[in-house]
Amino acid sequence: MTPAGSLLIADDLHKAYGPTVALDGAEFSIHPGEVVAVMGPSGSGKSTLLHCLAGIVPPDSGSIVYNGREMATMSDAERSALRRSEFGFVFQFGQLVPELTCVENVALPLRLNGTSRKEAERTALTWMERLEVDDLRGKRPGEVSGGQGQRVAVARALVTSPRVLFADEPTGALDSLNGERVMDLLTDAARSTNAAVVLVTHEARVAAYSDREIVVRDGKSRDMERVV
Amino acid sequence: MSIGHTLLGLLESGPRHGYDLKRTFDEKFGHDRPLHYGQVYSTMSRLLKNGLVEVDGIEAGGGPERKRYAITDAGVTDVERWLATPEAPEPYLQSTLYTKVVLALLTHRNAADILDTQRAEHLRMMRILTDRKRRGDLADQLICDHALFHLEADLRWLELTAARLDRLAEVVAR
Ligand SMILES: Nc1ncnc2c1ncn2[C@@H]1O[C@H](COP(=O)(O)OP(=O)(O)O)[C@@H](O)[C@H]1O
Ligand SMILES: [Mg+2]
Repeated sequence: MTPAGSLLIADDLHKAYGPTVALDGAEFSIHPGEVVAVMGPSGSGKSTLLHCLAGIVPPDSGSIVYNGREMATMSDAERSALRRSEFGFVFQFGQLVPELTCVENVALPLRLNGTSRKEAERTALTWMERLEVDDLRGKRPGEVSGGQGQRVAVARALVTSPRVLFADEPTGALDSLNGERVMDLLTDAARSTNAAVVLVTHEARVAAYSDREIVVRDGKSRDMERVV
Repeated sequence: MSIGHTLLGLLESGPRHGYDLKRTFDEKFGHDRPLHYGQVYSTMSRLLKNGLVEVDGIEAGGGPERKRYAITDAGVTDVERWLATPEAPEPYLQSTLYTKVVLALLTHRNAADILDTQRAEHLRMMRILTDRKRRGDLADQLICDHALFHLEADLRWLELTAARLDRLAEVVAR
């Protein structure tokens, strides 16, 4: 796949943590609406790549262009605005605020962007319906199962209608049946809003929900479309 | 597994006699199932007929095992094509894939590429099955799941083998 028309393109990324090289010339590109799996063994640099792409961690060198703009040239404020409004995040564990109810958790990103409580919770509920967790609205995260909690987290990640959803091992803590349910609903919801999904996973059955995959090994990426 | 391609690949490092081919095959790939002499001769005469090998010399006293075979250019191309083409993803592929990887290492080809090509082919199949499963009824789901779990096991093997290629190369070179 050529990077032409890509929403997010990274080229020749390098990142080291002290003596540990996490990225060593990695590349990446994704189109609007595309689901790209980032695969590879544990410790190969998948999460670091995701953190760089999402503007959470700056690479030591290399370029990341989002929507035509080089991320390194943005101010911190611009980058965090981007993360709040254009990007959504789902991680493996514990991202829900335990003191808030599920609907308050899902509404949180909208509240932080200044939306009124009533409006935010109304939008939150439509996303919870899509993820089939609307009946959990009044429960706290501690009172729901792992699979349900992950679906609430996906609803929260999508509530701002982000253009890119970053998911790092979103099913890593779930059994196959629950993992599959999360992937079904996550990819359906992302496709319905044309959000691009960067899906980090070491599991092939999860990666099979993607449109294509790249494999990261020792900090280098390989675009599997160019292999065959 | 293709015995023809495997024997051809073994000839790439230099001409060999029939008995030598059998011995090397058994050592590297035969494990608990050594080749019969009959299989070697029928395979070699087919390769000869197809122009993939030629007779390079015959030892005195000669039955067929005394013939020395050399690979032709067409033979090298044939091995090349076989190694580069991924196997149709289906259960119990390991022996063919293992053979391809070992042969690639023996002939100094890129074994990692073979694993990656196969990996991509497996995942392509897994996408098709996942899609079918999402549209299908419970019966479709269960049938697809069975295939998906097998393909996943293969993929894990491919990944593990990729991570152990350097060690395998050392062992194979012995
Ligand atoms: N914050 C960090 N500090 C030090 N080392 C790190 C940090 N994050 C990642 N690493 C190291 O960088 C390498 C890649 O890690 P990571 O990107 O998390 O891999 P993966 O997600 O593929 O398991 C590993 O060796 C890891 O130990
Ligand atoms: Mg990780």
